[in-house]
Amino acid sequence: MNRRIERHRNILDFAISSLLRRKGKNLSLLAVYAFIVFIIASIVFFTQALKREATLLLEGAPDLVVQRMVAGRHDPIPITYGDKIAAIRGVSAVSPRLWGYYYDPFTGANFTLVASDDDPPAKESIYIGSGVARIMRLTTGVHWSLRGAKGTPAVFSVQKILPGNSELVASDLIQIREDDFRALFDFPLGRATDLAVVVGNKVEVPTIAAKISRQFPDTRPILKSEMLRTYDSVFDWRGGMVLVILSVAVLSFVLFAWDKATALSAEERKEIGILKSIGWETGDVLLLKSFEGMVISLTAYLVGVSVAYLHVFFFSASLFEHALKGWSVLYPRFGLTPVIDPYQLCVLFFLTVGPYTVATIVPSWLAATVDPDAAMRS
Amino acid sequence: MRNSTWFLTLIGTLLAISSLLVLHAAISRAGGGARLASNRELLRRLKLSDLCLFTEARYTRHPAMADRHAAFQDHPMALEHFPSGSLMSPPDFRREAP
Amino acid sequence: MIELIEVSKNFNAGRANQFTAVDRVSCSIGLGEVTILKGPSGSGKTTLLTLIGCMARPTSGRILLHGIGKGCLPGSPVDDSIEITSLPERFLTGIRRGTFGFIFQHFNLVHGITVLENVMLPAYPTGESVPELRHRARELLELFSVSRHAAARIEQLSGGEMQRVAIARALINDPAVIIADEPTAHLDSKLSCEFMEIIGGFKGQGKSVLIASHDPIVYDTALADAVIEMRDGRIIGAGTSP
Repeated sequence: MNRRIERHRNILDFAISSLLRRKGKNLSLLAVYAFIVFIIASIVFFTQALKREATLLLEGAPDLVVQRMVAGRHDPIPITYGDKIAAIRGVSAVSPRLWGYYYDPFTGANFTLVASDDDPPAKESIYIGSGVARIMRLTTGVHWSLRGAKGTPAVFSVQKILPGNSELVASDLIQIREDDFRALFDFPLGRATDLAVVVGNKVEVPTIAAKISRQFPDTRPILKSEMLRTYDSVFDWRGGMVLVILSVAVLSFVLFAWDKATALSAEERKEIGILKSIGWETGDVLLLKSFEGMVISLTAYLVGVSVAYLHVFFFSASLFEHALKGWSVLYPRFGLTPVIDPYQLCVLFFLTVGPYTVATIVPSWLAATVDPDAAMRS
Repeated sequence: MRNSTWFLTLIGTLLAISSLLVLHAAISRAGGGARLASNRELLRRLKLSDLCLFTEARYTRHPAMADRHAAFQDHPMALEHFPSGSLMSPPDFRREAP
Repeated sequence: MIELIEVSKNFNAGRANQFTAVDRVSCSIGLGEVTILKGPSGSGKTTLLTLIGCMARPTSGRILLHGIGKGCLPGSPVDDSIEITSLPERFLTGIRRGTFGFIFQHFNLVHGITVLENVMLPAYPTGESVPELRHRARELLELFSVSRHAAARIEQLSGGEMQRVAIARALINDPAVIIADEPTAHLDSKLSCEFMEIIGGFKGQGKSVLIASHDPIVYDTALADAVIEMRDGRIIGAGTSP
């Protein structure tokens, strides 16, 4: 048993000496390899954490949102619809939502205005999200003039800034009183942006949605499960600028690694011959080659994954910021609760360490099965 | 030192770092509960249906409220107008009246 | 004793370029003796060495090892003779590693790694512990006065030094038989004579030595116990040293 372990260690010794001979080449290979793992692992960490956060947060979202459509466009919904919807069996509460967007021409940023009768600000006062405060340089007590629907400025005082750790839900929010909202946008009385419906038994939600769309053909019910599904598909393995760029990088790396690993140089072939001639078995040579592959790929994997974790959860995925930020003026700064998905990491492990090691072994296998006297006759 | 000792130490260190990170994940998940609870309360109070990830277009700010069937969402000629739109497209399935 | 019975080796069998390198050779090589295979290049000397050294299998005929290679096969009786022609590759490798030490014409040293590591290389797969191995390798390098180069790379050595390293490597597993193929081909006369002195040392230790050469310094040596002369794959003359 001890001898067997020693044999593995001895061969590992030689595998590393062998790699160190081409130090520059192998170190750069290791660096590129680790970088690819780092990018993929960063995406995995980021999307998994985001999805988990979305799933947990959106549990608090309304079960159903009913929008009204006029000529294919979203239109304010009459609040009277709500009374009829509330009468449907199984619906426990219907409440109108009043929300909209405000474009600030000076900064070019878009904000989301929300009116809520739950813990509303004082008359002509607003609560703002930390993102808004950051970009408009606002502090509590400061007055801010918003441009109303009729062109007249309306002055609001900032009553409260929502805490920084709520940026993931409320970075760009401006919470306003309902009457201020209607006055500011000249929003018709008796109408709401849409209706939030709470259903007692969650199993009945699709049935109720179907009833609503039958009863009000000009409306469109949106289920919470659909909202969740939207976030499930965010940054999924399909599409995406980062992924397009990444796939090119991965592809070129695969070609590079394949070329490096498969094409045995004449020198390597000769070495295998020497090893065979001095008493190495085919199995020993294969062990050597698989160690050579594993030293590179295992190190790259561990380094890549660890650095990706630090990048996403300690540095808020700062390298992705430019891609995520896009053209938006207001970029929410949120920290994510770390999620480690063992399944995804295992898949990544087998997709990176596996093929590379195989690509190193296969050609050596062909070379290692030659007769040991080949080296002598050359 | 032997090459293999050196290498196994390196791998051991990396594994130790990884397990520290796993530990960090577990601890911060336990500690993130308060933030999660307050955010969920805010979401419930304001009856919000979306997370604030991108603020550049309606359908990236409120993806759950967006739709594909409304023609010419933002720009009739734009295949994809905003960079973030390539990461977050409007939902491709919507329940319609039966 | 190593006994060869009607041993033949064909290359490229069944093809147009088929040729017979060794043709029905029968002979016996005594243990503890220095045996020289003499003959021009292409006479089949090297091929015969590879057959005896378990590197290749004969096309026909049998090779028997009497009194050597003991313990290299699991479960074989201690004083039995081993017929190496019928063994599977694993066992053949085991015998080759434990019984034969090879000194190649082109030295066949691995470039880029240290002299010390080159000497230790054949023993790596045996699973021997490295400190012991390193100790033995250093002793061997000391013996052949190349220990000051232990940490140097192979390509920094001169031809004579390379051969001494190659000899040290051949001895790392303490083989009973040392096989050398044209060992003096890349050496000048002085170094060739030094090499023969080393061979004399092996003989003194009771090791069997088998050398293929067409260099007079080698085959006219007083050390030789037997000289086997070959031509066109056949033995044309055998006898004791002049």
